[in-house]
Amino acid sequence: MLALIGTVPDKGFPLVSGTVTLKDDFLSLDGHKVSVNRGTPALIAAASVTCEALGLALPFSFLVGDEGIGDGSRKLYKRLKDCLPYAGARVITFHYLQPDVDWHNRILWALEQKDELPVLIADAGYMYAAKMSGFAPSYDLFTPDIGELAFLADDEAPHPFYTRGFILHEEDNVPNLIKRAFEGENAARTLLIKGAKDYICTRESILATVDTPRVEALEAIGGTGDTLTGMVAALAYGGYTVEEAATIAARANRLAGALAKPTPSTQVVDIIKEIPKALEIVLVEAARNGDEINLTSNFSRSLGFCHCEPPARRGLCPGRRREAIS
Amino acid sequence: MAFTIFKRKKKARPKQKSPDRGFLSFHNTSEVIKAESLLKQKGWEVRVMGPPPELRTGCDLVIEFPLVEQLNILRVLEAKKITPMEAVPVHNPLLKPVDLFKTTDYGQHLMVRAANMKLTIEKETLKIVNISGGGCPDVPYLGARLVGKDLRQAPSPREIGHTLCGYALQLAYEEIKRQCSL
Repeated sequence: MLALIGTVPDKGFPLVSGTVTLKDDFLSLDGHKVSVNRGTPALIAAASVTCEALGLALPFSFLVGDEGIGDGSRKLYKRLKDCLPYAGARVITFHYLQPDVDWHNRILWALEQKDELPVLIADAGYMYAAKMSGFAPSYDLFTPDIGELAFLADDEAPHPFYTRGFILHEEDNVPNLIKRAFEGENAARTLLIKGAKDYICTRESILATVDTPRVEALEAIGGTGDTLTGMVAALAYGGYTVEEAATIAARANRLAGALAKPTPSTQVVDIIKEIPKALEIVLVEAARNGDEINLTSNFSRSLGFCHCEPPARRGLCPGRRREAIS
Repeated sequence: MAFTIFKRKKKARPKQKSPDRGFLSFHNTSEVIKAESLLKQKGWEVRVMGPPPELRTGCDLVIEFPLVEQLNILRVLEAKKITPMEAVPVHNPLLKPVDLFKTTDYGQHLMVRAANMKLTIEKETLKIVNISGGGCPDVPYLGARLVGKDLRQAPSPREIGHTLCGYALQLAYEEIKRQCSL
């Protein structure tokens, strides 16, 4: 199971869990509908279309309404602590939740009671809580943007709002911020940094950078980081290593953006519609060209990408998956 | 090559106590008592304690509160005319909110980033066309409430947001208004 966890901006939305359906720019779950606009609904929509393209089972979502008061998040935290360790999830992505270190720790410790941990991905508010908790290295992937990377790099900051001014949030300072984040034990095992250039890195090195196609308007569009995280989660669920998944998703997210021909006023739902096509292009391109997909490191060579026949009947790249996912 | 998606991980230890809590300081003890009662009545987990040495305060007590929910808490207190002198993080009371902004001019559109929040407007109409970044649950809510509105008539994030992400968006909102001479 791929579990996706977050909130929707509707205080009347109850705590629900299950497999969503995506239709006419809306997600439906258990009779409740929510617009795919930004935030967790955008992540779920992107993960769902990616799973569908790869021929995988659709994600299982845990959702609750929360407009920022935190009440919905706390209900969801309680449910997660009780249910998540027994859900059988192989990949879990935590997303827009009110950052709460105490609840974060309770959930992590509950998961750790099981002998095996699933792949853990954190973005948005849950990534803030994970960093504050001191347990960031327990996670497999964080997906910060530049402002959030500066927060991870600042050992003192309890939230990006308090990141100290001398830690510059600039693109040309990214390698330094990465180094600080890992040295302070404030990073997951892998970071995917979203920016004008996307970085995929571990404590040891920057594994890959992805900077094409370059679509400047994407930074302004709410939800483009969420779609990227959703795609990574689905690809990791499909058997790619976290680093591979992050690299493929970074490229495909940019391409989906380019295909949508966006302006800064474009809404993310128009980009999500292009994800299946973008993913197909990236995987076919990778299969055809091996390491020639404009990644700026040698990582794509070791990655090998997709050495199967693209695309198959339901999945774009089923032979690439290293393990059957049920 | 064998591939195992599951793995055993080493347990880590938390780095610090109360990393997500803040202190509210007040002019006098009477305000502390009133604020504590009000916040508890509203359902927040708060407690009264002595201030740390770094925090210069008007009285010998402070209230510890959930830092992320600062914007909402301050609004509730101010509505009752109980205005704190300061709201600061517990583990480092000397930290200040970000004061650096990054502006991107797209030609027809203008984007301002404050910390982790970005606000984009169409220059000709001053319409808010996008809100991006952030991680607290009021960000999608603020996006739903503000996108499509005229910058001159839209409610401020301070009025309708609840968290530090909402507060960061308020700073971007004020900066973009300043740049548009509004």
